[in-house]
Order: sequence, then C-alpha cells, then structure tokens
Amino acid sequence: MSVTQILFWFLSVLAIFSAIMVVANKNPVHSILFLIITFFAISGHYILLNAQFLAIVNIIVYAGAIMVLFLFVVMLMNLNAESEPPQKSKNLMYAGVLAGGCLLLLIVAAIKKADVNSQLVQMKDGDVGLINNLGKVLFTDYVFPFEISSVLFLSAMIGAVVLSKREV
Amino acid sequence: MPVNYYIFLSVALFCIGVVGVLTRRNAIIIFMCIELMLNAANLLLVAFSKMHNLALGANAPTLASEAQVFVFFIMVVAAAEVSVGLAIIVMIYRNTHSVDVNFLNRLKN
Repeated sequence: MSVTQILFWFLSVLAIFSAIMVVANKNPVHSILFLIITFFAISGHYILLNAQFLAIVNIIVYAGAIMVLFLFVVMLMNLNAESEPPQKSKNLMYAGVLAGGCLLLLIVAAIKKADVNSQLVQMKDGDVGLINNLGKVLFTDYVFPFEISSVLFLSAMIGAVVLSKREV
Repeated sequence: MPVNYYIFLSVALFCIGVVGVLTRRNAIIIFMCIELMLNAANLLLVAFSKMHNLALGANAPTLASEAQVFVFFIMVVAAAEVSVGLAIIVMIYRNTHSVDVNFLNRLKN
C-alpha cells in the first residue's frame, strides 16, 4: 500500500473513532476536544486531496474559532460530567442508534445501485484547490454571494449582540 | 482512491452526527453534532470536485473549483449559525439555568 493509502485509512479511522467518541462521551468538554480531533482528521483528508486552502480555512475557522467558542460557552456554564442530563430511557438510545443505522444502510444501498462505482479521485496533485485558482473563481463568478455573505455576517453579529443584552 | 471510499466515510460521519442529534439531551452536544454533519457534507463535496477534475480535465476547468467555493460558503454559513445559536443557548441558560432539551420542551404551557 502506498503512503497515500495508508494516510487515507489512518485519517478515516481517526475521524470515525473521534466522531463516535463525540457522541458517546458524558463530559461535554471531552466531546468538544474529540470534535477538534475530527476536524483535524478532515483537514488531513483535504490536504490529501490537495485542497490546501480549504484545509487551512477548516483548521482556522472550525477548530480555531467555532470550537473555541463552544469551549467558552461550556466553561461559562460550568458543565461537566456530573451536571450532564442523563438519558434515562435506554429504549430511546437504542431507537436513536437504530435510526442512524437504518439511515446508513439506506444511503449505502442507494449508492451501491448508482453508477459512480470506481471513479478515481485525483489525490496529491491537481491545481484545483490552490488558492489562486479558487480566488479567481470566487472573485469573478461568485462575487455577488461573497458580498452577500458579508451582509450575512453583519446580521449574525447584530443578532448575537442583541440576544446577549441583559435587560436593564 | 475510488470515490466510493469517500462516500462511505462521509455517510458514516453524517449518520454518527444524526445519532448524536437524536440521542443526546444536552443542547450544546446536539449543536456540535450538526457541525459534524456539515463537515461530512464538506468532505464529500471536495472529494467530488477532485473526481470531476480527473474525469473532465481541461474541458471544464472551473467546474471543480466551484465545489470548493461552495464548501467555503458552507463554512461561512456554519460560522454565522454557530454564533447566533450559542447566543440563544446562553440566553436560555440565563433564564432557566438548564441546557437539557427535555426540560426546555416542557416549558410550553
């Protein structure tokens, strides 16, 4: 097996294991840390696919900003393993896992019927993910959604500030 | 690497996120599982962009980068959604001192 394949399997196993630990962990802080590991594994996948810009943006935005925000909120509320609301009904847990398993089975069966079998993915090279090519597409074809996303950020900022005001 | 492997990996991550949303009672963990689902979709979009780049090559040079621009916009929307969602959760916690969704469900009366 080449280095690319070994890296792919290692990153896949790491991502799936960390995702299961996110869901199954009692302590919310541990869940957030496992989700950060999942994001690093997905960024590793992006680097394998030579999507360099998205890998770095994933680490900076998701693992660096969003997860830190989650950690702030969890530390603010002082949540730990004891204050975690327990799932008293075990039937509900089994039903949830069964529903997720049925969804997995459904999508896998639908994909096996489809015709995308064995089309190869171009890994490790290819200049699609490079930042100058992405920038050319983003600022010529998609300049209007880019400006609208700045309005989206402005509205999200105003919303977050208005929601956090304490009534005087 | 065949694209099937990426599809299965992304679908597995998505279904783990679905199980987390259905099973957990903490509102913050539910929110994190939604972010996990978004990232699974992002990974699949990037894998498909590289697959189409290999298949089409120089015929449609910007087709594959459009998928990665879409991933960029998904991250933009996720960041905005996280900020507003966490502000809502903090406000709910300030009023009721609980982030248990079963407890918040019984607030309606």
